[in-house]
Amino acid sequence: MYGYMGKVLRVNLSKRKIESEALDLKVAQKYLGSRGLGVKTLIDEVNPKVDPLSPDNKFIIAAGALTGAPVPTSGRYMVITKSPLTGGIAIANSGGKWGADFKATGHDMIIFEGKADKPVYLSIEDDRVEIRDAAHVWGKTSEETTEILQNEIKDSKVLCIGPAGENLSLISAVINDVDRAAGRGGVGAVMGSKNLKAVVVKGTNKINVFDEERVKNVSSQKIKILREDPVAGQGLPSYGTAILVNIINENGVFPVKNYQEAYTDNADLISGETLTEKYLVRKNACFRCPIACGRVVKLADGSIVGGPEYETIWSFGADCGIFDYNAINEANMLCNEFGLDTISAGATIAAAMELYQRGYIKDEEIEGDGLSLNWGDSKAITGWVKKMGLKEGFGAKLALGSYRLAESYGAPEISMTVKKQELPAYDPRGIQGHGINYAVNNRGGCHIKGYMINPEILGYPEKLDRLALEGKPAYTKVFHDLTAVIDSIGLCLFTTFGLGLHDYVEMYNAVCGDIYNDETLLEAGERIWNLEKLFNLEAGISSSEDKLPKRLLEEPIPGGPSKGHVHHLNELLPEYYAARGWNKEGIPTEETLKRLGLEEYIKYSRLAQA
Amino acid sequence: MNVEVRLFAYFREGREKKQIITLAEGTEISNVLDMLNIKEEEVSILLLNGRDGPSDRKLKNGDIVALFPPVGGG
Repeated sequence: MYGYMGKVLRVNLSKRKIESEALDLKVAQKYLGSRGLGVKTLIDEVNPKVDPLSPDNKFIIAAGALTGAPVPTSGRYMVITKSPLTGGIAIANSGGKWGADFKATGHDMIIFEGKADKPVYLSIEDDRVEIRDAAHVWGKTSEETTEILQNEIKDSKVLCIGPAGENLSLISAVINDVDRAAGRGGVGAVMGSKNLKAVVVKGTNKINVFDEERVKNVSSQKIKILREDPVAGQGLPSYGTAILVNIINENGVFPVKNYQEAYTDNADLISGETLTEKYLVRKNACFRCPIACGRVVKLADGSIVGGPEYETIWSFGADCGIFDYNAINEANMLCNEFGLDTISAGATIAAAMELYQRGYIKDEEIEGDGLSLNWGDSKAITGWVKKMGLKEGFGAKLALGSYRLAESYGAPEISMTVKKQELPAYDPRGIQGHGINYAVNNRGGCHIKGYMINPEILGYPEKLDRLALEGKPAYTKVFHDLTAVIDSIGLCLFTTFGLGLHDYVEMYNAVCGDIYNDETLLEAGERIWNLEKLFNLEAGISSSEDKLPKRLLEEPIPGGPSKGHVHHLNELLPEYYAARGWNKEGIPTEETLKRLGLEEYIKYSRLAQA
Repeated sequence: MNVEVRLFAYFREGREKKQIITLAEGTEISNVLDMLNIKEEEVSILLLNGRDGPSDRKLKNGDIVALFPPVGGG
């Protein structure tokens, strides 16, 4: 068996039973691994209608076919489960070192079932797999947990939840290697609901590759392309993702104060250039990554911690009217410690600030917390993050995300979410293709699963007019399918600065055997996207949820370079469904499902149409 | 006429990050690039009042030009 390790761990936490099962290689190859294999496993084993925080939901961690392999950026793994935030599919990806070490234990995937009667963690040292007591780390932060468990298993890597996941926050994350996060969809709460604190891995297995010589050649060729690419080889290593602050702001699509504005004169205070000049200690690379976009920064108190990504700088910064790097860096660190999704945490505080601005939230509700909800209050964001993580005071309401918060005041339109998940840092009123990506995204408000910013703002792989509508739906569809491929083989999306579809075919085939060509690999991505959609439909998320917040459709951007624009979703959506081979109601047709080899799931399409 | 020029990332090395330049009517963005000693092929994103496009666009009083080398993230 090439690329794949051939083993799946099934861990029933209720029965405390661990089984090692053989990987079905044909299925793994058809769904590539990681995201694709995890989604396939979830829809086969879990009724999409289950309560996501009940023992009936399963929590899956999967590595890709190339995770850990000697190809660039192969450190990625994926968490797959039913999301307690959206009620649909959760697919949360992370880098760092944990994924490669997990694969080195000789496994491709873990399926957690049931619920432990008290806090536990799973340790995997090759074939020695144990459920261990976690009472001593329950309540601890991710850094404390990692340190304690690494003392128990030397040279191991730790994936865990913080207090936010234990407290079932719907915007809680899974953290690995202290400061990397599988962030979105509230996946931390699913671990918390199962009393599962951590998964500790240490492995000595090597990946068997199909053609060693070819892997070596293909890999060095791709590394060369990435090193010579101006973004992957210079821009990202020098400035990290924070460089986007000025780019997005200068285009007038940088959301300010919960999307009430889309441009600020203060952007340079929180820019990538300023981060590099004043706060950067060093850069940080994930497993086998030649790009090294990760940042390590110094906080105001002198401590050295993992630095913020662009999205985080925006959510705790401009979205909350804050232009203070010390506060943003600290809020980012606290999210890692407590195990919160930085996008949703910052954006939820921003929504609370608008609810306060408009008089929905009253002073007496937050008096006891000693924190304000005033725009620009730096002390407030760090204070609210702690209270969210601990579900204390008003923080308990924030911990449920902005949709449930705004809805509780009868003002759900204040929540800038799609399918109840907070939108990231790009105003789609000035980036029409990216708005389609937001609206139809299977996991709710998400930038990364179809990053139309590449062609519409950055000019990769070609420049598209960001305000044009023509051709955008079909373009977005291809980005969705390609992203599903890259996620599922286990590589980083930043390789797309430099690499294209054929490069991924070459790497996959060299490692796993000559299985795919350009057309069939992209079709595998399409298969995965359709399967996720079917999971959502059966879970009760109809395509009427493929929408954007009212503000983005009806209120023109009030100022700055994109002044006057709204998003034209109604014109674009039918074209997206048509490009997908779905019917007008946004349901995959039987013909499309047959073409993709998804015959066994046609029942879900029929049920959705009934 | 006066035009504001904003530079980003390593274009700032040895140059003002933001300046107002007085130019003759009919000046194109490419003339500004020459003045700043920035080669056109080094520019990845060339914004005139927030819109990307070619360097032969003519400038008018009050315009804002923003120049980025190849950078990106996500």
